[in-house]
Amino acid sequence: MIDFGFGVSPSSRINLDKADKEKFNELAIAEPDVAKCMACGSCSASCTAAAFEDTSLRRAILSLQNGLCDDASKLLSHCMLCGKCTMVCPRGINTRHLILSIQKIYSL
Amino acid sequence: MKNNILVIGGGPAGLEASAVLSRMGYNVILAEKEKRLGGHLAKWDRLFPDQTPAKEVLDGLLDGIKDVKCFTETDVNSINLLDRSFNAMLSNGITILADAVLLASGFDMFKAEKKEEYGYGIYEGVMTNADMEQAFREGKTFSPAPKAIGFVHCVGSRDEKAGNPACSKVCCATAVKQAIEAKELYPDANVYCFYMDLRMFGRHYEDLYLRAQKSGIRFIRGRVSEVSETAEGRLLIKAEDTLSSRPVKVTLDRLVLMAGMRPSEAGHKVGRQLNLSVEEDGFFSARDGFLSLQKSKLPGLFYAGACTGPKTLPDTLHEARSAAMEIDRYIKENFRK
Ligand SMILES: Cc1cc2nc3c(=O)[nH]c(=O)nc-3n(C[C@H](O)[C@H](O)[C@H](O)COP(=O)(O)OP(=O)(O)OC[C@H]3O[C@@H](n4cnc5c(N)ncnc54)[C@H](O)[C@@H]3O)c2cc1C
Ligand code: SF4
Repeated sequence: MIDFGFGVSPSSRINLDKADKEKFNELAIAEPDVAKCMACGSCSASCTAAAFEDTSLRRAILSLQNGLCDDASKLLSHCMLCGKCTMVCPRGINTRHLILSIQKIYSL
Repeated sequence: MKNNILVIGGGPAGLEASAVLSRMGYNVILAEKEKRLGGHLAKWDRLFPDQTPAKEVLDGLLDGIKDVKCFTETDVNSINLLDRSFNAMLSNGITILADAVLLASGFDMFKAEKKEEYGYGIYEGVMTNADMEQAFREGKTFSPAPKAIGFVHCVGSRDEKAGNPACSKVCCATAVKQAIEAKELYPDANVYCFYMDLRMFGRHYEDLYLRAQKSGIRFIRGRVSEVSETAEGRLLIKAEDTLSSRPVKVTLDRLVLMAGMRPSEAGHKVGRQLNLSVEEDGFFSARDGFLSLQKSKLPGLFYAGACTGPKTLPDTLHEARSAAMEIDRYIKENFRK
């Protein structure tokens, strides 16, 4: 077949039917506080790594909820575990511990 | 002489105001167009923020009106202001001369079928917040148990095209409450709330939100744009997850629409006869927004409850009590000199 160089571009739509809920439930058992995130953005705003690389715990949590583990992995890969986000989280989430658990459970 | 006070509407506002006025010694006549008293409260199962049974609150209100003359299935056929008093002809043939009138006509639910894209009345799985309360009240469960349930906030509210740019105030808390109750009933179901912003303004409301989060309810910031049916008869929902700036789709078994509050049509009928003014949102306008909230522009005619805009039950009951005090003051100043 002749290749005309056209293809179907991948959909950017998130399909929640296919999101891996098992893994997220496993995370929620190990880190119940992950459910308390209200997406305020304090963690991302205070993140030292975010000034240089695309890093955001808020978006990583959202990506995991949406079943997009690769995105979450990228958003946490430059985290230096400095813990500033733990200080600012208004819901008192131990964000540093949460990041470690995410890395363990999703084997990032 | 006991002065006659006519209360139009036997919802929470009308009931509480009648109780207070009758304790003050007035001769209270209450007209309610429906068969039963209680207004919308009689249709709810459990109340936000703490899931108090609605029946408990209604019974408490009904306890207070033992000395009130109640006419149910009674509308106001005509009403006009004579020299100082109001002359009202009720649909049951009775004529009343009242020295003051309290209009407590409340609200109507927004008709969810107007938002055609959500498929209310078209797809079986789509229902409203009021339908959901009724199902809870009647102990009705869905079988087979739904695997996924969604709640759509702001249906017919904050929507200029639907004719209502305003927020209906009670539906965020209702959605969160019903989501928790649905999750309790169907623990294996995935439960989603589609919201634009969560208006959990009242005491204990934020606790309700936190409880919902902890029970695993997923909050998706974005308005549902369309609903369609899958080949299996389930519901395919499309929205944007605006927090990740990406479109999202999910298949559900039940979709619950948070229909908002609109002005009462029956209340307007009374209002037109007395030339009462309404604001742009269609609700009656008080004399001013701070000091005379319970007064209309017509001397002797007062308001309480949701007829002047969306209100929670505590708001409504506060207004009922202050309306009773305003009426008492008005009667003392104008009829007892
Ligand atoms: C889905 C939903 C859930 C809610 N849940 C809660 C909750 O959990 N907690 C909470 O605090 N609040 C809740 N609310 C708000 C609550 O229902 C209102 O605050 C309350 O019903 C307002 O009382 P009302 O008396 O002003 O109006 P209504 O309840 O509307 O009562 C008005 C009454 O007047 C009658 N009437 C109108 N016109 C006439 C006429 N011309 N002649 C005779 N009778 C007339 C009507 O038939 C009706 O019985 C909820 C609202 C909605 C929409
Ligand atoms: S209370 Fe919430 S759901 Fe209801 S109209 Fe306001 S923002 Fe929308």
